Amino acid sequence: MSGTPIATTRSAAGMPTGKLAVWWLIGSEIVIFGGVLASYIMHRLAHGGWSEEAAHTNTWIGALNTMVLLTSSLSAVLAHQAAEKGDGKKASKLLWATIVGAVTFMIVKAFEWTEEITHGYTIASSTFWSFYYTAAGIHASHVLAGAICMYYVAKSAAKGEHLHRVENVGLYWHFVDVVWIFLFPLLYIAK
Amino acid sequence: MIEQYVPQLSTYAGDIDFVFDLIFYITTGWFILTQGVFFWLMWRFRRQEGVKALYLTGEEKFPKNIVSNAHHAVLVFDVAILVFAVMTWHNVKITLPPAEQTIRVVAQQWAWTFIHPGPDGEIDTADDIAMNDELHVLVDTMYHFKLESRDVLHNFSVPVFRLKQDVIPGRVITGWFKATGTGEHDIQCAEICGIGHGLMPARIFIETHAEHMAWMNRHLPSGVAANDASSTVLAQE
Amino acid sequence: MATAPATHEEHDLGHHEQSFWEKYVFSTDHKVIAMQYMFTGMAMALIGGFFAYAFRMQLAYPGMEVPGWGLVTPNDYNQLVTNHGAIMIFWVAMPVLIAAMGNYLIPLMLGCDDMVFPKLNRLSYQIFLLSAVVLLSSFFVSGGGFGGAWTMYPPLSTKAEYSLTQLGSTIFVVAVALEFVAFLLGGINFITTAMNSRAPGMKLYDVPMVVWMIVVASILFMASVGPLIAGAIMMLFDQNLGTAFFDPDRAGDPILWQHLFWFFGHPEVYVVLLPAMGIVAEIITTFSRKKLFAYRTILYTVFGTGVLSFTVWAHHQFVAGIDPRMAHVFTVTTLLISVPIAEMLFVYIATLYGGSIEYSTPMLWALAFLVEFLIGGVTGIYLGASGGDIYMHDTYFVLAHFHYTFFPIAIIGTYAGVTYWFPKMFGRHMNEFWGKVHFWGTIIPFNGIFIPLFFLGAGGQHRRIADFTVYPELAQMQPWREFATVALLIMLAFQVIFLWNFFYSMFRGRKAEKNPWKANTLEWVAPSPPPHGNFPDGLPTVYRAPYEFSHPDHDEDYWPQNEPPAEQKA
Repeated sequence: MSGTPIATTRSAAGMPTGKLAVWWLIGSEIVIFGGVLASYIMHRLAHGGWSEEAAHTNTWIGALNTMVLLTSSLSAVLAHQAAEKGDGKKASKLLWATIVGAVTFMIVKAFEWTEEITHGYTIASSTFWSFYYTAAGIHASHVLAGAICMYYVAKSAAKGEHLHRVENVGLYWHFVDVVWIFLFPLLYIAK
Repeated sequence: MIEQYVPQLSTYAGDIDFVFDLIFYITTGWFILTQGVFFWLMWRFRRQEGVKALYLTGEEKFPKNIVSNAHHAVLVFDVAILVFAVMTWHNVKITLPPAEQTIRVVAQQWAWTFIHPGPDGEIDTADDIAMNDELHVLVDTMYHFKLESRDVLHNFSVPVFRLKQDVIPGRVITGWFKATGTGEHDIQCAEICGIGHGLMPARIFIETHAEHMAWMNRHLPSGVAANDASSTVLAQE
Repeated sequence: MATAPATHEEHDLGHHEQSFWEKYVFSTDHKVIAMQYMFTGMAMALIGGFFAYAFRMQLAYPGMEVPGWGLVTPNDYNQLVTNHGAIMIFWVAMPVLIAAMGNYLIPLMLGCDDMVFPKLNRLSYQIFLLSAVVLLSSFFVSGGGFGGAWTMYPPLSTKAEYSLTQLGSTIFVVAVALEFVAFLLGGINFITTAMNSRAPGMKLYDVPMVVWMIVVASILFMASVGPLIAGAIMMLFDQNLGTAFFDPDRAGDPILWQHLFWFFGHPEVYVVLLPAMGIVAEIITTFSRKKLFAYRTILYTVFGTGVLSFTVWAHHQFVAGIDPRMAHVFTVTTLLISVPIAEMLFVYIATLYGGSIEYSTPMLWALAFLVEFLIGGVTGIYLGASGGDIYMHDTYFVLAHFHYTFFPIAIIGTYAGVTYWFPKMFGRHMNEFWGKVHFWGTIIPFNGIFIPLFFLGAGGQHRRIADFTVYPELAQMQPWREFATVALLIMLAFQVIFLWNFFYSMFRGRKAEKNPWKANTLEWVAPSPPPHGNFPDGLPTVYRAPYEFSHPDHDEDYWPQNEPPAEQKA
């Protein structure tokens, strides 16, 4: 079967179907990250000695990655604006800029983790490090997923197709960004 | 109701059974009433030739009042149950009356170790009596128990006391009981703890003072004089 | 393909003859996916039922060679009860009640041609199927399947030296996590479809109750499962990467898992309850020819239950070593939740008042649901009241209680739904006589199984113990156990009648017309069975609420949602 069902084109709730679904997707992701972060906070409150462990994280690298993500969110917004005006080519280029941001984030992360692991701070070192790698790891998998989605959206947007998807993928990307805004202080700044 | 199956042998067993009985009478009353109405409706409004169903939106006073009154009554009965449930819980699990004796209960896959105080009446001394799967306690004596686990979660459950508490590795959980009758009864593990979970039954022996002394004298660690035992514990009384 | 009628025409002309694979295996049609979920769920139910048979035989006759299984060792026993629980909840109740019923009914009842995301729908089934295969594979790895109870409490579940099933535990967690992902994807689809794709004219209060219930259930699922997905990841890392989230020896906290699990686990009860309640609402209105009594009140109780269900989870952990003062809070919330649930049952019962009740097979199932679920409901009070739970926790009383909720939900609710919509699904009727034989042959033995278990629980018998004869006090209650097992055997035997009736009727049953029950909702406007695209005469428009039975302004005793008002007809 090709083509979209009529069901997909309806919008009784007053919001396009794709966008609505992305909001629900984000809703379900919020509780996943909520679970991780709540566990982290409960653990940290219940046990002392975490700040010494956290002192070994590199705040500057974390800050750099925060900047990278924020900048990539900006280009996602600009891509959305371009798509609204019907400029698929420009939207595609701006999405590519966002993808570059995502890739940069991952590369920085890779260097950071390699450094930490070679210094002996592995996922099994202590509960702090377990949370550090788990929370950031789940987040990184979302960065990766977002980048892959943007690749496909950028490809079709360049041809001027499915321009509404630029906004949807942008929404998701902002969410990934916001999660990092929560992770950064918890994993890097709180020492 | 439970006492017909399992005797009440602790000071709080009666309270817990009372909560059970209270809930039983309230909910069974409700249950019979609701099912009675339900079956009556099913019989009364069975399909009959030429009788058309009523058109009710749920706003009509007659059926609506019954439903909402019933609904408010549920709330009232809930509160009644709550009061007794919370009081009982508070008494059993939150208050901790001062101990006359203390025992240590160590759970592991798949056995219980009970560490009883020896003649000096204290645990963690040289004359402690450790036994596998046998707990000996004095009747009418306030006991504290300290629960420890060597591996996974277990649950220290003494049905005749209506007592139940999870045992968690890495923690010591303290609780209390005071037996009110003697006899040999059963202790179960009530939290799945692996393949041998069903194979860790233990026994509790609730003993009078004389029986307890006799048991203690049989099991004293070597080096502790037998007559010390009777003298110290007697002196405590 | 722009419109549904076009789809139909194309079919007739045979331009696009679908192959078997396209039509039944890799289809994106919501009805086919619903059937895939349903048949997978039924297959899993057979496996779960077989497990129940094996361990009940061991309980009644310890040490016997169970025909079809062999000797049930303590290890086997733990695996059987663990997987029976997990399968019946995650691989039977959820796929059949939410996924199969939701997939089948939501687009039809909302008057649209498919789910909003057909491919996502197909993906969700494929992930679900994978999760089922992964779960079953755990029985064939070294050490066998996981046997630490479906609640997977660490450290038993995280440390191989305690569980003795290293691979089995990991596979179990992976299977459950995959299942969650499948239902998250499915849930997004359900919610979006219900929000956006209602037929023209269908306002929120015109949506049939079963659709509301499935959507609210999907939202509850989505909002509660997140922390457990996070927990499952943490558990997998504990098992395989040497982390210590739940390991008390290395500053981890085993109770944390219990919180994550039950934060999901309790709403999960309502996740499966609500669709069953919705199915019952459709059936009792149709067969009593009555408007649903207080439609909006039911909705409010559903929302109330949904919100409250997030605040009660720790009543599973009263004696688990949490701060005992917390029990006060959770007792209050737990007893409070009885208020909306009781209200919901009262409203259902009030619906019968003034009705004209026809006792067809689906109606019998629906009424039996209410009767039996009430037992499950009132016995829950004993357990939610903290003081009483000190004794009742983890006894057979708990087990009997939740089987009196889950059996009505997963089995009675499913039979009600299947017998009611069977004419729509397959275009034929099931045999009424054998349907009723099967009904009584299921309901009576069901009570025969679980009423004795209440007494065993009150007698102090604890769960998950393979052989009670080693406990002198419990050994004397053996006749009760044998009684329950014999009742189970009878009940299982009667399921053969259902299977025969189901498959025979599918091919040989009496032909069904479009609207055999004279019901109002939109699925009865489509042909039986509905073709791809559902409504060959064009998608319907809605003019009224779904339960306008016996309306005084209308001659017939039913008034379909899509029938235009009289003035417009002329």
